[in-house]
Amino acid sequence: MSDLPLTFAKVSYAVGATPILRDVDLVVRAGAPTFIIGPNGSGKSTLLRLAMGLIAPTSGAIDWNGSRDPAPRRRAIVFQHPVLLRRSVAANLIYALDQAGVEKSKQDRRCTQLLDLVGLIDLASRPARRLSGGERQKLAFARALARSPELLILDEPTASLDPSATLALEQLIAKAARDGIKILIASHDLGQVRRLAGEIVFLHRGRVLESAAMKDFFEQPRTAQASAFLRGDLISEE
Amino acid sequence: MMEGSGALDLVLSGDPALYAIVRLSLVVSLSAVALAALIGVPLGGLIALTRFPGRAGVIVLLNAFMGLPPVVVGLAAFLLLSRSGPLGSWGLLFTPTAMVIAQAALITPIIAALTRQSVEDLWSEYRDELNAMGVGPLNRLLTLLYDARIALVTVLLAGFGRAAAEVGAVMIVGGNINGFTRVMTTAIALETSKGDLALAMGLGFILIAIVFAINASAWALRYYAERRIG
Ligand SMILES: Nc1ncnc2c1ncn2[C@@H]1O[C@H](COP(=O)(O)OP(=O)(O)OP(=O)(O)O)[C@@H](O)[C@H]1O
Ligand SMILES: [Mg+2]
Repeated sequence: MSDLPLTFAKVSYAVGATPILRDVDLVVRAGAPTFIIGPNGSGKSTLLRLAMGLIAPTSGAIDWNGSRDPAPRRRAIVFQHPVLLRRSVAANLIYALDQAGVEKSKQDRRCTQLLDLVGLIDLASRPARRLSGGERQKLAFARALARSPELLILDEPTASLDPSATLALEQLIAKAARDGIKILIASHDLGQVRRLAGEIVFLHRGRVLESAAMKDFFEQPRTAQASAFLRGDLISEE
Repeated sequence: MMEGSGALDLVLSGDPALYAIVRLSLVVSLSAVALAALIGVPLGGLIALTRFPGRAGVIVLLNAFMGLPPVVVGLAAFLLLSRSGPLGSWGLLFTPTAMVIAQAALITPIIAALTRQSVEDLWSEYRDELNAMGVGPLNRLLTLLYDARIALVTVLLAGFGRAAAEVGAVMIVGGNINGFTRVMTTAIALETSKGDLALAMGLGFILIAIVFAINASAWALRYYAERRIG
């Protein structure tokens, strides 16, 4: 069973009377990473939570390879502020592996592989809640990979990291993408977007204003809001 | 002052009658905590994770029951267990078992209410992550109870403290029978009224020491947990 393509059809999401996303049409297919970019409060995290199936659209429909069942199959998410369980680093991964249905006999080996991959092998027995911000993001990333996702959703995974931790995580993201995992990621960091993106979805005040290949978006943005965002201007309210 | 040194002598000399009373107190209250935990922890967890009509009312009631007066609980247990009561045929009245039941009834609401609060707080923190991992309802409850384990142990200690210190319920359903249902609190009440202040004070010291030890362990546990588990 596959989770791709992921399709948004005229998806709107509102809290009470406040619209947060409006008429979003989007198809996420296998391939290079898709970046969701846009100013603070434009609806990136909300879009990703819809894509994960954690919240349901107010109107419109989302499907994962034709299925509207929101239960996560081959997808995983790293939240903007990941929450780790009150257990050791390794126990957090074992838990995720267990939930993902990995056989008990294979869990230890896979756990070690993942810890090795993200460079946390020396911290395996540390309490996860005592990790630094960067270590926490890496563990959350490893935990998402534990699900062997086809679609990996990342919400500003490097927002609070220093340059070297950012680089380390970007390398992990690039490797995951090379290994065939579809990355759907929100980011503010235009440098990162240039380094990793295949496609770009530009969100502004809850609407998708542009959806384009990375090069095209940077070379010739089609809307004034996108040009302004790229220049780092304050985007006007209208 | 005479009573004070007499009390100390009793405690230090390991007076067998005194220690039999202490032992029964501990057995009764620990059993009550075990029984109350068996009911209160799953109940609190279920209330935390389910939505049903009247849920708010149940929570308010549970919180109110945390402050039940022990004598009233004792009276209710007495009516249930007395020969003409619904459970009279069990013949439990004036036995240690009856005391366990009464104390368990007293602290089950405390354990259930505090468990509900801990689990619900943790659930609001974990909800998205657990849903994203596809964790089902039973596993969700077990995960939250496990991750709230430090808070839950503190809850059990609080329940034990309350059970060990109450006098009204065990007095009514136990009857304070010498060598059979006499526990620290009922013995203190009796010896004080009889004028044997040495024994009463000796037991008082021990009771305070136990309550102190419980609070110290709760504190130490939190301190340890904050460093080890976060
Ligand atoms: N449950 C909610 N109730 C009320 N408002 C909400 C809710 N969820 C999101 N919002 C609002 O919707 C808007 C979009 O939020 P969202 O978190 O998706 O933005 P974002 O693009 O991820 O922003 P940031 O870059 O700051 O992370 C914000 O104005 C936010 O306050
Ligand atoms: Mg966000």
